[in-house]
Amino acid sequence: MARNGSLRPQAGIELRGLVKSFRSPRGPVQAVRGVDITIEPGETVALLGPNGAGKSTTIDMLLGLLPPDSGTVSVFGVRPADAIAGGAVGAMLQTGALIRDLSVRELIEMMASLYPNPLRVDEVVELVGLDGIAERRTQKLSGGETQRVRFALALVSNPELLVLDEPTVAMDVEGRHAFWTTMRAFAARGKTVLFATHYLEEADAYADRAVLMAQGAVVADGPTTEIKAMVGTRTIRATLPGVELERLQSLAGVARAERRGAAIVLSCTDSDGALRALLAQYPDTRDIEVGGAGLEQAFLQLTAAAEVE
Amino acid sequence: MRAAGYMRFELLRTFRNRRFLLFSLAFPLGLYFVIAVPSRDEQSLGGSGIPAPVYFMVSLAAFGTMNAVLSAGARIAVERAVGWNRQLRITPLSTRAYLRAKAVTAYATALVTIALLYAAGGSLGVSLTAGSWLRMTALLLVGLVPFAALGILIGHLVSADSVGPAMGGVTAVLALLGGVWFPIGGGVLHVVSQALPSYWLVQASRVATGGSGWGGEGWLVVTAWTVVLSAGARRAFERDTKRA
Repeated sequence: MARNGSLRPQAGIELRGLVKSFRSPRGPVQAVRGVDITIEPGETVALLGPNGAGKSTTIDMLLGLLPPDSGTVSVFGVRPADAIAGGAVGAMLQTGALIRDLSVRELIEMMASLYPNPLRVDEVVELVGLDGIAERRTQKLSGGETQRVRFALALVSNPELLVLDEPTVAMDVEGRHAFWTTMRAFAARGKTVLFATHYLEEADAYADRAVLMAQGAVVADGPTTEIKAMVGTRTIRATLPGVELERLQSLAGVARAERRGAAIVLSCTDSDGALRALLAQYPDTRDIEVGGAGLEQAFLQLTAAAEVE
Repeated sequence: MRAAGYMRFELLRTFRNRRFLLFSLAFPLGLYFVIAVPSRDEQSLGGSGIPAPVYFMVSLAAFGTMNAVLSAGARIAVERAVGWNRQLRITPLSTRAYLRAKAVTAYATALVTIALLYAAGGSLGVSLTAGSWLRMTALLLVGLVPFAALGILIGHLVSADSVGPAMGGVTAVLALLGGVWFPIGGGVLHVVSQALPSYWLVQASRVATGGSGWGGEGWLVVTAWTVVLSAGARRAFERDTKRA
């Protein structure tokens, strides 16, 4: 039952060549296609990407919940199952409810009893801000409260590696803020943290590094400032019937042009320049809107670029 | 002994569960008085050779413990549905320890049911030697093994939505044909009945008549069901773990 002897926290996390397909009615779908990620001990890394990018599948393989079709996972120098058996991993999965008929405090105690080196239950209750609901039965919690309790269950194990799969989805703004403050405090103890999110702002504010995933592959991996610059494209929408897309595409600052009925959508690397060029050539352009590109769109562009290369 | 902490909270949860309190404790206990009081003077119920208070004491203990053990399995279905088993799989608690905790919890609750019915039996004048009480209890606990396996099997095969009706149906049929409500007389029904594990659970009451309990046939039936259902439970469990 003791901690696995060969567990070495300084070895960090290594995902190598991970591939995973699922069967679907339309044939096999490759959810993850060749993912390599290295996480240094003590690092806080965001796994960033739109829905369906393969984040959760990657996390399931990292946790040993899903066997990869090919590739290897090493958590602190051992297999995920051994790292988990040694109590080195705490995780908050994307979905999952709580079991009923226990109070919040009892459920946290139950979880703590499974680990060799847990945090004190009182400490976790305070850290996650559960004082007000600690004696309440788990079946009487709201969605946001449930999420916080699930966070507490991951924290109480006092893990070397904390994995959070889209943890703030059911939380309100205030709850999110408190959540990330706690996460930061925990990471500051020298713990390794990996969290999945589809909010660039979350990655930017709370991670040292972001790994950007789209369509099952890593499309960028670096400090969040770099990622921000990469996805910082803007779009111009306007009404302009009867213009050839190719001519729009050749305008300065335009990366890609699309048509939606009478409207055009230009994805721009330089939206100011593109707007000037557009108005110079097509003065009758109407209903102009300039906006930040959605992350999803930016991701798709990045993947498209990755495929061309 | 990390699993011990887990087991403690499992027990706590079980005794807070209304369904358990109703079907495993209150219902059999209440029914015992309803059924056994009117026939308390009958010395050979339905020609079985067993006094009515003893017969119903054991048959309703069988019913209550059957419910207790099967509902532990039903809980597995619910925990799978809400993703709790995934949560547990990323803790140091092994899946084996998880199943063991479920089984121990089920047996602990079964013992409470048995104790309550013995007390009720005592209040209606059931009096046995210490050796007979012990032998009877031992037979009940052994007779529950196939039900524990059945609970785990159903818990892994059936969805959380349908696990209630599934368990209810299984329990009702096994209870009726096992002779919980009245001894099954001769004929085809008796033959079918004797092939069921619930029949032998109820037949633990034979101990009271000075007999040794089951005899070879009983042991054979209980063992066969244990082997078959355990193999089924193991397969269902392993398939489920792999699918993740």
